[in-house]
Amino acid sequence: MASPYYVSPEQVVQDRSEFVQKGIEKAREVIVLEYQDGLAVVAENPLTTVFKVSEIYDRIAFAATGLYREYEALRYVGIRDAEVKGLTYTREDVTAKWLTNVYSQYIGGNFWQVESKPLEVELLICEVKETPASQNRIYHLSFDGTFWEEERYAAVGGRADSIVQFLDDTYSENLDLKSAIELAIKTFESLETEFGTEETYEVSIETVEIAVLDVNRGRRKFRRLSNAVLNEILA
Amino acid sequence: MLIEPSRYSTSNLLGFLKSEHPDLVKFDLDPSLISDWRDNSLNPLEGTTIIAAVYKEGVVIAGDRQATAGFQVGERRIQKVFDVDEHSAIAVAGVASICIEMAKLFQVQVEFYEKIEGVLLSLEGKANYLSNMLKSNLQLAMQGLIVIPLFAGYDLKRKCGHIYKYDVAGGRYEQESYDAEGSGGKDARASLKKLYRPDMSREDILKAVIAALWDAADEDLGTAGPDLLRNIFPVIKTITCSGIKNVDESEIKDLFLDLFEKLGK
Repeated sequence: MASPYYVSPEQVVQDRSEFVQKGIEKAREVIVLEYQDGLAVVAENPLTTVFKVSEIYDRIAFAATGLYREYEALRYVGIRDAEVKGLTYTREDVTAKWLTNVYSQYIGGNFWQVESKPLEVELLICEVKETPASQNRIYHLSFDGTFWEEERYAAVGGRADSIVQFLDDTYSENLDLKSAIELAIKTFESLETEFGTEETYEVSIETVEIAVLDVNRGRRKFRRLSNAVLNEILA
Repeated sequence: MLIEPSRYSTSNLLGFLKSEHPDLVKFDLDPSLISDWRDNSLNPLEGTTIIAAVYKEGVVIAGDRQATAGFQVGERRIQKVFDVDEHSAIAVAGVASICIEMAKLFQVQVEFYEKIEGVLLSLEGKANYLSNMLKSNLQLAMQGLIVIPLFAGYDLKRKCGHIYKYDVAGGRYEQESYDAEGSGGKDARASLKKLYRPDMSREDILKAVIAALWDAADEDLGTAGPDLLRNIFPVIKTITCSGIKNVDESEIKDLFLDLFEKLGK
């Protein structure tokens, strides 16, 4: 019987990481920013019906970058599993921490399964605070299933590091929604200047997708901001 | 594979629950388990009167607050009217546990569809889905575990209020004006028959619904009127193009007091 070739775990991780990173480098970014009423999620996405940001559950939103087909499946599974948990216990028991763990298992499991293609995705799982006194949560999920908690702002996508660097210098606490959106757009503009290629384009509300988790809303905190609403906010 | 493509193509959460989490779908119980429950005097709570009526700006939906257990009051503050989304609501009459379960699963299903597809399910789509849920409850209904819902909503495309009534077998019938179901439903309908006019204002339709609720409570033992001692009032919601709103308890109380004054004269 022929024995399978030995490949060291280090080699597996390196090969698969390189493969995924190559994919994610090309992915357009998503930023999440804490503002005075919750969390604002801003993605570079000129499409109006194909989304990178969406509602998972009452206080939880999902922001993704990478291959649409793959994060769309994750989004579906997340909404489904959240509904099942909410029906099994009660709605408040569905938390971003739990959901991040579920995703971590799906993504990490896929990363290590040699016969399957690792997922080319990076996610931000955002949860708005329940009361003004509690905390917003942002979990950053990487392509290999590892995750960590972020504070105030975070970004995923090819140029996420530059975004975070830019925000380190420009972000301030207690922004109102208008300033938060303007800051996100300015951040994307700075990327266009920094990485300017012939593909450079002008960043405007037509080229971004924006949604908020607003603590003041009813049970469902998620709200997608249409261009008409954005024009009103930014006026 | 993360998810089978055949699974993904559906926005039907209940189908998934039935196959993977049957314990969560109570109304899909094995009917053989509950035979003879009435003979054994196991009286589950039953919800009584629910009403819906179309008016000028949209639709109003209401229900009293009592549930009965046989000839006893089972619960004085039960909810029979539930928001489904921003523009629709469901009211349920029948065996309370199954009613509430069905209303909750219906609401979750409608919201699931909206989140997955990124667009709202059409009003008629929601009405048809509810019809399918009732069909799967038919076996239980034959054994007495009956659910009779009313579904009301504002149709954003056609720009008017709509009401759907149902029978036990899942038959779905769109109503142009009003309907009332449950043990006091007949009395409420008789009341609305005299008071209802097309294109009523909000004020007039609320008066008519309050009168119908009172007639149901007055004639039917299972239905409760306003409980002034405990401050318990029927639930009334209006649904218009700007969304769903609860009518304030204080307004409902005043409307009942006005009605009583008129009746006392």
